Amino acid sequence: MNDRQPIGDASEARAGWRLTAPALTIILLVALFPLGWTVWESLHQHDLRMPWLGRPFVGLGNYFTILQDARFWQALGHTALFAVISVSLELSLGLALALAMNRTFRGRGIVRAAVLVPWAIPTVVAALLWRFMFDSQAGIANVVLADVGLLRHPLVWFVRASTAWVPVILADVWKTTPFVGLLLLAGLQSIDKELYEAAATDGASAWWQLRHITIPLLKPAILVALIFRTLDAFRVFDLIYVMTGGGPGTSTEPVAVYAFNTLLQNLEFGYGAALSVIIFLVTFGLAMLYMRGLGLELGGPRRR
Amino acid sequence: MKTERSSRVGPIAARVGLVLLVLFAAFPFYWAVVASFTPEATLFREPSLWPRELLLDHYRALFTERDFWTPIKNSLIVAGTTTVFCVTIGAFAAYALARIEFPFKRVILGFILAVTMFPQISIVSPLYMLLRTLRLINTYPGLVLPYVTFAMPLAVWLLVGFFRQLPPDLEEAAMVDGASRWQSFTRVILPLTGPGLATTAILTFIYCWNEFLFALSFTLGPERYTVPVAIALFRGQYQVPWGQVLAATVVATAPVAIVVLGFQRRIVQGLTAGAVKG
Repeated sequence: MNDRQPIGDASEARAGWRLTAPALTIILLVALFPLGWTVWESLHQHDLRMPWLGRPFVGLGNYFTILQDARFWQALGHTALFAVISVSLELSLGLALALAMNRTFRGRGIVRAAVLVPWAIPTVVAALLWRFMFDSQAGIANVVLADVGLLRHPLVWFVRASTAWVPVILADVWKTTPFVGLLLLAGLQSIDKELYEAAATDGASAWWQLRHITIPLLKPAILVALIFRTLDAFRVFDLIYVMTGGGPGTSTEPVAVYAFNTLLQNLEFGYGAALSVIIFLVTFGLAMLYMRGLGLELGGPRRR
Repeated sequence: MKTERSSRVGPIAARVGLVLLVLFAAFPFYWAVVASFTPEATLFREPSLWPRELLLDHYRALFTERDFWTPIKNSLIVAGTTTVFCVTIGAFAAYALARIEFPFKRVILGFILAVTMFPQISIVSPLYMLLRTLRLINTYPGLVLPYVTFAMPLAVWLLVGFFRQLPPDLEEAAMVDGASRWQSFTRVILPLTGPGLATTAILTFIYCWNEFLFALSFTLGPERYTVPVAIALFRGQYQVPWGQVLAATVVATAPVAIVVLGFQRRIVQGLTAGAVKG
């Protein structure tokens, strides 16, 4: 509708602004203003447990401390590891799901519903379901894996980081692959069927069609899914907080859990704010990077 | 799908894959339901794929000993208020952003999308200070206010997608007939967007119902816990009371599952429209 002739420029603009103003003001007040506050707070030393110290301005002091904070770098490593593994699994499985669902078959509604439910439930619930399945040595995961012959001895999954990541990543894949799949499916359905028919008459194999028609035309949808998932994975909190609590020790702690603990357990608000700013900057940077890759198609409603 | 034979192998492989996928998606729920009816003592002793008994003790304990009604009530109040507020205010903004040409419109849209990607953790500390100053920690408004930070941009973004799907000349036709911009919006556009508004409300509600970090940060005790916080903080004296936890997950999941099953087509449409068509 952007190519439509405007009805009367000045009054249109006024109507547009007047209708947008309330929501925009609220978003600025409740989201942008706190963000500015976080940045300001991060330049101070502020410990709520020691109010007598006041709130001295320390400039970039907190950030310099973070650069030498081993726990921060480990948390960043955990987050990156989690993001790379879970997002690549989700994208490949999601693509397979979309391709399989992109044909009419009986029971398609059931499949869609079945995969949509995990996406819609609270992450906390998903985390608990998977923690329960992996919890005890006699939990269902150990029993099944032993029956199939993959495990000789039952594992205590959550006592070591290397094994604790398995249920964590499985739970994330379980919960979010459907979303990726449905996003890609919508992309698939917008591809012109005639392209495939033409390719088929020319004798092109299904593999050729996938590589030369589907994947290139699906690229925008894949990028959108990639953005959403990477940003989500980078902010991961609920899942790990509930499944491992960041433990054992801090060996599975992602940056968001570290920042949360710094803020609300240790009440070190200045340092915690600095950590929050860094999380924000990294997410923002990632989003910008992807947006550039998308050619800014996402923000602009030009394309219809 | 690799060779020419794939025209035959493909569909079968796809079908088998889909069946496995549905099983993978459904099994954790099934297992939680079975376990929630199993006595605590036999929960980890020779687990069986079929329920051996149907014990209602965990559900009874959930509502009598734990008072699980309170978190359900808290969640309904907070998520409901946030949803009504954000969808109402958001609808005006979304209408303008979808159907009126005005300066900086694209900048605003980009900004709103950017806010939906904000990491929640990066505004926890100022919101905490703000709510503490206003004495709103551990209150309903003290949760609604933080929830608006993600629900408002989400609602606007989804609604823009729905408003854009209406044919472009609708208001013009109404305005030629003498209706004002406001009248054409309230009498022509809004009624036609009913399903879109409903879908947006459902999705916004689900996001609020599921939220964990803010509710964990800004509530102090069981009297204000929302459902996710209450479940996550279940503690027995020595170990996790799995029977009750699983009964609680079943109770928390069932309404969401029913809504999703009922509105799946619309929900998928709402989720993908904004994102893919851009």
